[in-house]
Amino acid sequence: MLAGVWRYRSFVLGMVRREFQARYLHSVLGSAWAVLNPLALIVIYTVVFGRVLHPRVPGGDDRLAYAIFLCAGVIAWTLFTEVVSRCVTVFIEHANLLKKASFPRATLPAIVLLSAALNFGIVFGLLLIFLALTGRFPGWSVLAFVPLVLVQQSIALGLGVTLGIVNVFFRDVAHVVTIVLQLWFWLTPIVYPEDILAEPIRRLLGLNPLTQLVRAYQQIVLSGTWPDWSAYLLPSLCAAAALGIGIVTFRRLAGEMVDCL
Amino acid sequence: MTRVSVQGLGKAYKIYRHPWHRLREWIGGPSAHADHWALRDVSFEVRDGEAVGVIGLNGAGKSTLLKILAGTTVPTAGRAAVAGRVGALLELGIGMHPEFSGWQNATLACQLMGFDGAVIRRCLPQIEAFAELGAHMDQPVRTYSTGMQVRLAFSAATAVRPEVLIVDEALAVGDIYFQHKSISRIRAYLEQGTTLLFVTHDLAALKALCTRAVLLDNGRVARDGPSSMVFDYYNALIARKEQTAQIAQTADAGGYTSTRSGSKEAEILSVDLCDAAGVSRRVFQAGAAVTLRYRLRINRPMSTPTVGLIIRDRVGSDVFGTNTFHLGLVPQPCAAGDELIASFDLPLNLGPGHYSVSAAVHPGRVHLEGNLDWWDRALLFEVVPNHTPFCIGVAALPVRASVTKSEPAVP
Repeated sequence: MLAGVWRYRSFVLGMVRREFQARYLHSVLGSAWAVLNPLALIVIYTVVFGRVLHPRVPGGDDRLAYAIFLCAGVIAWTLFTEVVSRCVTVFIEHANLLKKASFPRATLPAIVLLSAALNFGIVFGLLLIFLALTGRFPGWSVLAFVPLVLVQQSIALGLGVTLGIVNVFFRDVAHVVTIVLQLWFWLTPIVYPEDILAEPIRRLLGLNPLTQLVRAYQQIVLSGTWPDWSAYLLPSLCAAAALGIGIVTFRRLAGEMVDCL
Repeated sequence: MTRVSVQGLGKAYKIYRHPWHRLREWIGGPSAHADHWALRDVSFEVRDGEAVGVIGLNGAGKSTLLKILAGTTVPTAGRAAVAGRVGALLELGIGMHPEFSGWQNATLACQLMGFDGAVIRRCLPQIEAFAELGAHMDQPVRTYSTGMQVRLAFSAATAVRPEVLIVDEALAVGDIYFQHKSISRIRAYLEQGTTLLFVTHDLAALKALCTRAVLLDNGRVARDGPSSMVFDYYNALIARKEQTAQIAQTADAGGYTSTRSGSKEAEILSVDLCDAAGVSRRVFQAGAAVTLRYRLRINRPMSTPTVGLIIRDRVGSDVFGTNTFHLGLVPQPCAAGDELIASFDLPLNLGPGHYSVSAAVHPGRVHLEGNLDWWDRALLFEVVPNHTPFCIGVAALPVRASVTKSEPAVP
C-alpha cells in the first residue's frame, strides 16, 4: 500500500499543489490568503479574549493566556476534522479519476493527509512566531508536538478512510459524520478548560482520546513543559486500532468501491 | 509474447433491492443480492503488437472488459493479466478535473500514469502540439467542448507510446480531422509494437486498424477471429435484433406515431433491406447490391399508390430519394385488403457511415399531393468500406486517377 503511494509520489504531490492553488485560484491576493486566514484567526482570538473578555485558564494568569489556549486547541482540532471530513468524501469527489484511471487508491487519503498537514504547518508556524514575538516560545518542548500530532492524525486517517469507504456504499455516512464532529468538538476541552466541569463529565471526557492530546498541546504552549507520556496510552491504542480498521476496510472494499461510484 | 491474457474472466455487479440488505450482508447476514453478470467465462490471449477490436451490441460487456484490463475495475472471477505499461481511454476520456486548466490536466494525466518530473516536462509540449488546443490550454477544462476534452485526453494518454493501448469509443467524438490524426498515431504505434484493444461501434475505423475481432454477446465471447469473419457474424446478430425490435415497435404503436403520419388508406407493414442473397442485413460494404423491400396493405379500393424511399445520412440530410412514379411504374387497380410487395434493387454506392431509410406511400406523383403513410427512419443501416481505396463523404463514386507529365508546350 505504502509502496504504491511512494511510486505515485509525483501524482500525490502534484494533487496537493493543485488543490492548494485551486483554493486561491480566482483571488487577487492568491496564496497570501493561506497565511492571512489563520493570521486573522489568531488576531481575533487575541483581541476578543485578550482585550474584550477575560476568561481565566489554569497555568496562565495573564491576558493572552486564554487566546493561546484557544488557538492551540482550535488549530489541532482543525487539522483533525479536516482529515476526517475530507477522507469521508474523497473517494466520491474523485469518482471520475477512480473510474477512468488505474492508480493506487491509497494515494487519495495520502493527498488529504498531506494537504491538511500543509495548512496546519502554515497556521502552526504563525502560532509559533506569535508566541516568540510575545516572549512565550515554549522551547524544546515544542518537539513533543511531533509524536502527539502523529498519534492524532493516525486516528483521523484510520477513521476517515473507514468512513470514507463506507460512505461510497451508504452516502448517509457523510451527513452523520458532520453532526458527530460538531458534538465531538464540544466533548473535547478546546474552548473551555476541563476544571470547570463536574467530576462525572470529566471522567467521560477522559474516554475521548482527543482530550489527552488537546490537553498536551495546551500545556506545551502555555507552560512550555513536556507532557506526561504515560497519559498517552489510550490515544496511541486508539490510533493503532483506527489504522488497523482502516487498512482492513480498505483491503476488503476498495475494489468493490468503483462499482458503486 | 503474450501481452494480454484473460482466463475465465467474469464480472458480476451486485444488485441490492434495498441498501439495508448490503449492510445486513456486511454484518454476517444471509446473502441478499442478485448478481448481474456483465462478463462471464471470457478467455482470450493477445500477442505482442496485435490489434484487436472488441465489438458487440450495447450491454454486451465491452466496456466492462476494457475497464478490467485497464485496472479500474476488479474482476469477480477468473484472471486478467496485462504485461507492460497500459495507456487507457475509457468512456470518452481520462480522469480530468473540470476546474484545472488544460496544462494542469495534462500534468495530472502524466502523473496518473506514474511518470516523474523530467518525463512530464518533456511530454507537455508534445501533448499541447498534438491536441492543437492553443490558448485553450490555459483555460479550465470545464469550458472545453467534448471534442476538445477528447483531444486532450487522447494526446495525454498516448504522449509516450504505451505497450498496451486501450481505447473505448473515445475517437468517435472528435472531428474527422482529429479522428484521422489519432488513427495514424495509433497505426504508427502499432508498427512499433504496441498492442491495441479497441472498442467502437464505428466498424469502418475498426476495420482500418484491427486484423482480429472479438465479438461479445451477453457477456460471453461469441466469436473470436479475423475481423471479416467476426463482422459477418455481427451483421447477422444486428439483423436478428432489429427484427425483434420491429415487433416491439408495432406493439408500442402509441409512442411510435410521432415518426409516422398519413391516412393509412394504404399502409406500410414492414421495411427490410437484404443483400444479393436475400438475407436481411443492416451492415453492408460500400457498393453492395441490395434490395429494399416494403410490404404494403391497401385499405380501400384505389389504383396502385406511388411508393417512395429516401436515404438520409447520420445528420438527416437527404442523400438519395426516388419513387415508383419517377421510375415509370404503371398503376394497376387494387382492392381493399390486397397486400403488395414493393422492391427497389440498387447498389449502395455510399460512403462509409450510418444511414436511415424513410418510406412513403402516396397517391400522386409526389407526397405533397396526399399522404397515405409516411414512415421516417423506418430502418437504419451502416455502410463499411470495401476493398476499394479510401474515400470520404456520402457518395462512393467509381474513380480512376492518373498523373502524367504534361507535354512541354511547343514554342
